[in-house]
Amino acid sequence: MRELSLNVLDVAQNSVTANAKEITIALTEDTALHTLQIRIEDNGKGMDAEQLSAVRDPFFTTRTTRKVGLGIPLFKMAAEMTGGNLSIESTVGVGTTVTAFFHTDHVDFVPIGDMANTIVTLMAMNPQINFRYRRVIDGREFSVDTETLLAVLGDVPLNEPSIMRWLTDYINENTQAITEVQA
Amino acid sequence: MKTLEELMALRDAAKAKMTARDDSTAVTRVVVGMATCGIAAGARPVMNRFTEEIEKRGLTNVTVAQTGCIGMCQYEPIVEVTEPGKEKVTYVLMNPEKATKVVVDHLVNGNPVIDYTVGAIKK
Repeated sequence: MRELSLNVLDVAQNSVTANAKEITIALTEDTALHTLQIRIEDNGKGMDAEQLSAVRDPFFTTRTTRKVGLGIPLFKMAAEMTGGNLSIESTVGVGTTVTAFFHTDHVDFVPIGDMANTIVTLMAMNPQINFRYRRVIDGREFSVDTETLLAVLGDVPLNEPSIMRWLTDYINENTQAITEVQA
Repeated sequence: MKTLEELMALRDAAKAKMTARDDSTAVTRVVVGMATCGIAAGARPVMNRFTEEIEKRGLTNVTVAQTGCIGMCQYEPIVEVTEPGKEKVTYVLMNPEKATKVVVDHLVNGNPVIDYTVGAIKK
């Protein structure tokens, strides 16, 4: 994967498949400590201990179309390449949380990339799921969630192209605002 | 900076457009494979291009959706186009440029781009 936002898009699909109703995606950055934590939390069906130990193994997958599952292994590799790590907590019937930790000043750190695109894709394609996106940079926070947007939109669908374009700009501009240190 | 108030105005504009749509027209579905294999091969820019082109050309009777892995990972990004009453067309090894051509030739003019289909690759 060329950017972490693609790993997030991919790993969040697992939460969609697990029939989650709520999926939280949180990126927390500390630019002084050069750290980034990416957390993907869902209230889907969860995994038992056996599945949980197998999920980091590339040759484990629940899909039937082929025998390899690379989503989590690729995300784990991206984190470990920077000296970071990936952990998964899961309880059957409660949900799953995937947490990846990165050292952003490491030469092998893959850029975060186009997070707005990832979030808009997830929200527009799965309007039945409440996505909560939170981005924190040095304590400054921006968040957006499906419920708030749908409350404004009423019966206009999130996947209406003009709405998707607005949402992309909305996320980008607000992210930019918390990136820059106010003078 | 963009605000939620702005979204309200946008909603009203979108609503007006929606009611103008002819609901009786059958809908063509464009489905993009977005599992690990598809995403790694570049499915996201392909999907973005489809959404942009469809909006630009005002094709209101076309929807874009995503699906998981269909088992031909070596041919990703894969896009399936299903027109009502016609057989599904499966495009393989897609990129944004090919997506534009599929929109113009297939979705607008009704001629599938045979060169990009799975049938052309496997020969």
